[in-house]
Amino acid sequence: MDKPNIRDVIKSKILVLDGAMGSLIQTYKLEEEDFRGERFKNHTHFLKGNNDLLALVRPDILKEIHCLYLEAGADILETNTFSGTTIAQADYALEYAVYDINFESAKVAKEAADEYTAKNPNKPRYVAGSIGPTNRTLSISPDVNDPGFRAVTWDEVVIAYKEQTRALIDGGSDLLLVETIFDTLNAKACLYAIDEVFEEKGVNIPIMVSGTITDASGRTLSGQTAEAFLTSVSHLDLLSVGFNCALGADMMKPYLEVISKNTEFNVSAHPNAGLPNEFGEYDETPEDMASQIKHFLDERLINIIGGCCGTTPEHIKAIADLAATYEPRNAN
Amino acid sequence: MSLHPNYKGRYEYKWHDLPFMKLSGLEPLIVTPEMNFINVGERTNVTGSRKFLRLIKEELFDEALAVAREQVENGAQIIDINMDEGMIDGAESMTRFLNLIASEPDISKVPIMIDSSKWDIIEAGLKCAQGKCVVNSISLKGGEEEFIAQAKKIKRYGAATIIMAFDEDGQADTYDRRVEIVQRSYDILTGPKVKFAPQDIIFDLNVFPVATGIEEHRLNAIDFIQATRWVRENLPGAHVSGGVSNVSFSFRGNNPVREAMHSAFLYHAIREGMDMGIVNPSMLEIYDDIPKDLLERVEDVLLDRREDSTERLLEFAETVVGTAKEKKVDHAWREHPVGKRLEHALVKGITDFIVEDTEEARLAHEKPLHVIEGPLMDGMNVVGDLFGAGKMFLPQVVKSARVMKKAVAHLLPFLEDDKDGRQSAGKILLATVKGDVHDIGKNIVGVVLGCNGYEIIDIGVMVPPDKILAAAKEHNVDIIGLSGLITPSLDEMVTVAKAMEKEGFNIPLLIGGATTSKVHTAVKIEEHYKAGQAVYVLDASRSVTVVSKLLGDKKDVFIKETQDDYAKMRFHHANKRAKKEMVSIEKAQENRQPIEWKSEDIIKPKFTGLKVYNDVPLSDLRDYIDWTPFFQTWDLHGKYPRILEDEIVGHEATKLFADANKMLDQICKENWIQNKAVIGIWPANAIGDDVEVYKDEDRNEVIEKFFMLRQQQKKSSKAFNHSLADYIAPKETGLDDYIGGFAVTTGLGIETHIERFEADHDDYNSIMIKALADRFAEAFTEYLHEKVRKDVWGYASSETLSNADLIKESYKGIRPAPGYPACPDHLEKPTLFRLLNAEKETGITLTDSMAMYPTASVSGWYFAHPDSKYFGIGKIQKDQVAQYADRKGESVELIEKWLSSNLNY
Repeated sequence: MDKPNIRDVIKSKILVLDGAMGSLIQTYKLEEEDFRGERFKNHTHFLKGNNDLLALVRPDILKEIHCLYLEAGADILETNTFSGTTIAQADYALEYAVYDINFESAKVAKEAADEYTAKNPNKPRYVAGSIGPTNRTLSISPDVNDPGFRAVTWDEVVIAYKEQTRALIDGGSDLLLVETIFDTLNAKACLYAIDEVFEEKGVNIPIMVSGTITDASGRTLSGQTAEAFLTSVSHLDLLSVGFNCALGADMMKPYLEVISKNTEFNVSAHPNAGLPNEFGEYDETPEDMASQIKHFLDERLINIIGGCCGTTPEHIKAIADLAATYEPRNAN
Repeated sequence: MSLHPNYKGRYEYKWHDLPFMKLSGLEPLIVTPEMNFINVGERTNVTGSRKFLRLIKEELFDEALAVAREQVENGAQIIDINMDEGMIDGAESMTRFLNLIASEPDISKVPIMIDSSKWDIIEAGLKCAQGKCVVNSISLKGGEEEFIAQAKKIKRYGAATIIMAFDEDGQADTYDRRVEIVQRSYDILTGPKVKFAPQDIIFDLNVFPVATGIEEHRLNAIDFIQATRWVRENLPGAHVSGGVSNVSFSFRGNNPVREAMHSAFLYHAIREGMDMGIVNPSMLEIYDDIPKDLLERVEDVLLDRREDSTERLLEFAETVVGTAKEKKVDHAWREHPVGKRLEHALVKGITDFIVEDTEEARLAHEKPLHVIEGPLMDGMNVVGDLFGAGKMFLPQVVKSARVMKKAVAHLLPFLEDDKDGRQSAGKILLATVKGDVHDIGKNIVGVVLGCNGYEIIDIGVMVPPDKILAAAKEHNVDIIGLSGLITPSLDEMVTVAKAMEKEGFNIPLLIGGATTSKVHTAVKIEEHYKAGQAVYVLDASRSVTVVSKLLGDKKDVFIKETQDDYAKMRFHHANKRAKKEMVSIEKAQENRQPIEWKSEDIIKPKFTGLKVYNDVPLSDLRDYIDWTPFFQTWDLHGKYPRILEDEIVGHEATKLFADANKMLDQICKENWIQNKAVIGIWPANAIGDDVEVYKDEDRNEVIEKFFMLRQQQKKSSKAFNHSLADYIAPKETGLDDYIGGFAVTTGLGIETHIERFEADHDDYNSIMIKALADRFAEAFTEYLHEKVRKDVWGYASSETLSNADLIKESYKGIRPAPGYPACPDHLEKPTLFRLLNAEKETGITLTDSMAMYPTASVSGWYFAHPDSKYFGIGKIQKDQVAQYADRKGESVELIEKWLSSNLNY
């Protein structure tokens, strides 16, 4: 479907990214057999909770959720592929399904996006292929007694990311979103993989990079400051850099300020709906969250805004309504 | 003069359109032109360090990590790691070592330079480092195709790279070959095939030895230096690096000559634009310290200035071998007997040998206590005498105290076994009074008195009177010293004096601190403590004289003199007050400054509400520092920068300034202290002498009110009775005006560093960091005020002022603080804090006396009107106090207590 280039659209308005997928999937109360479907009826491992698999067994659910977010005003949908690498799917012995998961997930998101773009061509909708951090770290040893040990190698990570990237592009992603980066070396391996796939396929789609700062000291899990993180991922021509997940919008603000001040790329943020309570639920209301995000907008820190864990279409609507009244940050 | 015939003067960076090279470890390293030279650590290199090679070969990784850590601690901004050795698996060692470094934040905070002549080792390294590294190096040696492939990969890995001046025909060894190869390399890298960021390109122009005796080598250094200039002038963004030690290769074994060659080479190369280099800091002489005769010969060789320069240097080198080394650090004093050595260490403030010398003295004395009472006290007496004679200055004395404390700390465990008790010259209790948190001055007094043999019992800050008295009794002290910085502390001191009288004390009471004065002590304190004597002490250096007199034989004479002096002060004070004519508050209000209110003088702020600033980079604030008060803290008086040239204190001021800047570098680099600030701008109008602050532009709902005081002295016909309220448009003008407020702190996180220094008996640095944090708070305030004027409020958006202009307050509008002369009422501070939500936004808290904690904090108002000026309220009359109390809804007594130093009755 013909759409204006997102690099042009982003100059004139703040783009809205969708919210959490997992929280909404939970409302469907799916059981083991729902995750297995026909295709994985006889699979050797339990599959309940492997949300990425829904693209293959219940794409209807994904499409419903995508449409809720589009209705709420999201400009960019994230594919449901956060754990779509051979490394992450190894827990379910589903390495062989990784290409299909990413391809189908991109495809269903694209269907939803295209429908809404057709309804209102003045508000084009885009699909961002979501690439998670995997569950292994390249900079940190899992063995406290052997700090030099690594559970995975750079080359293994690059291979896994290349496979995911190819499938996301083939399935119709308009851009790629490398997110929830807690170890910058994983992200660098991912960018390396993406750049190789681009060269191999002769394509070049926009890339968003989003780190996560998990503690109040202002460092990533692998120990970098926000500015060091920015410096370490700025070697490709990115669409945006920013932060997601973590401790909620208020806590994210100082780090966004650092990024905003020091980068020529666009800046993105998709925080959690606050911190989980003692039951693991996020109880920040859409109004609460919007009032915090208002500070980002007041200070013109942001070009792309959305939600991460615990956010719902109501949150995204509150954010989208607010963002519509603001000018974007001036990227150079 | 440039050493290159085509260019003039020292190289000045000219590629301002390009971004800076940005590298990172756990922390960023932004290579700005101001950084001048990036020092790359070179000890973690198996080809350059036999020790490191052995550690890697024997897999002693902990020790190998220590080598890396030490380099970072010693100031390496990048560390070069090289594993090119036939006996080890280079790629595996690189991987192993970098993985280990990743879990050592003290090392991995700096960027890594991955150094290898083998591509597979470079790639192995790049796969292990999360930060942005530097590759060292690639070149055209293996042809264009390979060069392009490697460069593309480096880009993909996200690293900068060093390019050797090397091509298919070999290494560049002349000026022309260097220029030819780097131009070609640069064009390929920045061209369409690679599109490498030009600022991430660093050329290694090959440092070759000079004075080898081979004719062609004569130009090796000068060619390098001239090629450096050419690169920096002609290849946009590109940097120049080199391994410096090569240049002196022919003088192996003669370190004095090598060190001189390295620094002279660097001196010239840096002037011509070399901005990065691999240097062993212990193999560098300070350029200015190179003996002139040696320097001349070294430079003759480096710059090829004479036909016979090599012979002359070789000849001269023979004579330097033995002599220069000794000159480097004069250790002659180490030959003296131990007592003299201790004295030397104390006077010079050298801690290097103090523990071993103290131990030697302990073994030589019958009892450890005798070491303190003997050689250590003798040394401190010398310090005390020199200080008394004005031959030593406070910063030096504090350094001496650091040495003393370390020596005593070493003896302490032995003293425990030997409880004879030590005879001190006297015991002095020091405290900052209740409600006040400022302690720099008090600590300095403690150090100075401690140096003079007095035993100091320092019970800290915010100490209530009963605790002060209890501690005085418990320790059976000879003198109590009270300190305070803010005006309410004056009242607290009176309270302590009264309590001492009541409890039957008769020991002297010393009064000191910024707002205290001889007049106040004479008029307000002395009368309440008849049983003993209250004495005002102007500064730390006076404290020694005062204390020694109070505890000496002529105590009575001194007290008599003091009492006479204070009686005179009281008499003058009473007379002066009688003479000053005052007017009624109504008259004063009529004589307000007649501002002609025009809407064009009121600039509508671009923003109203609150704005929070967190962790503004300290390096941004540094330029805003006003240094003069910093020197005052250390009892060095004079205006910065003139004070550095001052005939008497200039030398010490310069040293202090260098120490301060060294600590500043560390504070900035390692983020020792964090800052927070909140500013607010609100709709406001004046009603009489009050300022109403409104919820929003409707101006219906008053959320807070500020109550301003007014001058009441009788003024000449052309002068006015000022009040801050006059600078806000009165409501009846119908104009919409605004007021701003701010609260700033730069003291967050300072405690851990103070504790660290104190644990190390290092008062010098503990005082230093507090003094610097205070300067940062003021600098941050200045920085924010400028932002507010130019941007946030935007009433002076076209202002361009230098730091000197800022210090002179040449800007438009003012930022007075509650509790200071223009509005001496500290009780306005809680109102301001409520509006700003300051406790929550900045973590600053207010004490009972409305002092801000952390101490490195500032708060105040912003007034934007062009006519607003700083002034002092001075004395006020009872009628204003009554009216003011009524406006505020407080009792007259409470207002009189808080404004006690302003009451004219």
